[in-house]
Amino acid sequence: MNQYIPKGTAKVSARGLDVFYGDKQALHHIDLDIAAGEVTALIGPSGCGKSTFLRCINRMNDLVEGARVSGTLTLDGNDIHDRRLDVVQLRARVGMVFQKPNPFPKSIYENVAYGPRIHGLARDRAELDEIVMNSLEKAGLLAEVESRLSESGTSLSGGQQQRLCIARAIAVNPEVILMDEPCSALDPIATAKVEELIDELRDNYTIVIVTHSMQQAARVSQRTAFFHLGKLIEVGGTEEIFTNPCEPLTQGYITGRFG
Amino acid sequence: MSEHTVKSYDDELSHLSGMIARMGGMAEAQLGSALQSLARRDDDLAHKVIDSDARIDELDHEVDSFAVRLLALRQPMAGDLRHIVAALNISGEIERIGDYAANVAKRVLVLNQLPPTSRAAGVIRLGELVQALLKDILDAYVDRDLDKAIGVWGRDEDVDSRYNAVFRDLLAQMTGDPGTITASTHLLFIAKNMERIGDHATNIAETLHFQILGTQPKGERPKGISPGAQE
Repeated sequence: MNQYIPKGTAKVSARGLDVFYGDKQALHHIDLDIAAGEVTALIGPSGCGKSTFLRCINRMNDLVEGARVSGTLTLDGNDIHDRRLDVVQLRARVGMVFQKPNPFPKSIYENVAYGPRIHGLARDRAELDEIVMNSLEKAGLLAEVESRLSESGTSLSGGQQQRLCIARAIAVNPEVILMDEPCSALDPIATAKVEELIDELRDNYTIVIVTHSMQQAARVSQRTAFFHLGKLIEVGGTEEIFTNPCEPLTQGYITGRFG
Repeated sequence: MSEHTVKSYDDELSHLSGMIARMGGMAEAQLGSALQSLARRDDDLAHKVIDSDARIDELDHEVDSFAVRLLALRQPMAGDLRHIVAALNISGEIERIGDYAANVAKRVLVLNQLPPTSRAAGVIRLGELVQALLKDILDAYVDRDLDKAIGVWGRDEDVDSRYNAVFRDLLAQMTGDPGTITASTHLLFIAKNMERIGDHATNIAETLHFQILGTQPKGERPKGISPGAQE
């Protein structure tokens, strides 16, 4: 396996992580550190477990019936699966952006304001306005929607909707942002904007992205982890993985040789 | 490595290797003919070498545009990426080798106007050494033979020391008999061309190492002292 020393300390750390859906084991004994201040890409064929791993980080798998987890997964050293842990708080710290943009059927403003409001992050309307504007700005969307904040979020184009969802995730001050194929429904220009955004966000957030586009993984991430049949096959610097991977399976996958 | 899911991609990659192999074969033949024209003082053969160089240049352009097309359409990764980048690089090296062979042939035409010199034999021996090096590196390319490539990489030193001997020999000849300066100078340039071809063969070895392993060969590249630096 590649030797890779992350720049920062591990933000998220998995040790011997197993995940089962009923009788089926989806992840086998995963050891993986996600460094802060970096973008980590998870790649692998469909069903390899990369999305399962992603969904463990904010306990989205709790929602799947029959899902069981063993081993440890920590955020800043604290066990994510600790019974005493408040899942709502966890999901505020670990935001998520999905494959299909899923804005609430509410105004653009309300989409972003919803999270801060329920988490009590703003004392008054002025503070809430500031959070909304800031988040839209960070998501690179403000200039495009400033004059139409009361219009429905669903009236935006697909790329704008996805950036709205990113603004919504940012609004609650997360530390980690999980992205599950965030560009698969977007055209190349909208994709480029989201990729540019990911690059800007990585200074302030730890980002984990699942993608089926090798080129996207190569462009946006500093570290890449390759999963196959529920196992972590190889993890390393993105440059090494895409120019000179250690494992034949990785080589086979990224060059389009199995499936 | 097993086959790609998209079969035509495999065909394209082997087509690319095939073009390199063909170019290499042509450069080998050009070098052989150039040395033969020197040994036999054969004007016709020398002309043929000069005329044939354009074909190698043409193939070099074909490799370039085919490789660029592959890069654009397949967005290659890892081993495939190295395969294509290496082909671009190696075709450039072979094109230069072809140029040197053609330059030798041009000088043979001049030498053939001058009285024969016994000193040509030493230059031809140097050429034969380089020929063997070129043959081995091209075989290594076709067979993806890493050990053979490393062997070629290490043997460049022999070429350099043989070149230095030829250089001193020709210099002595010119000092002793100024009447041979014209012929000896052309032979000297031919010898230098041989030494350069050896360097290009070494470059191909390095590129092949990169193609196969993704790294450059370890350690300092073996390097003799250039005679120019001694004078």
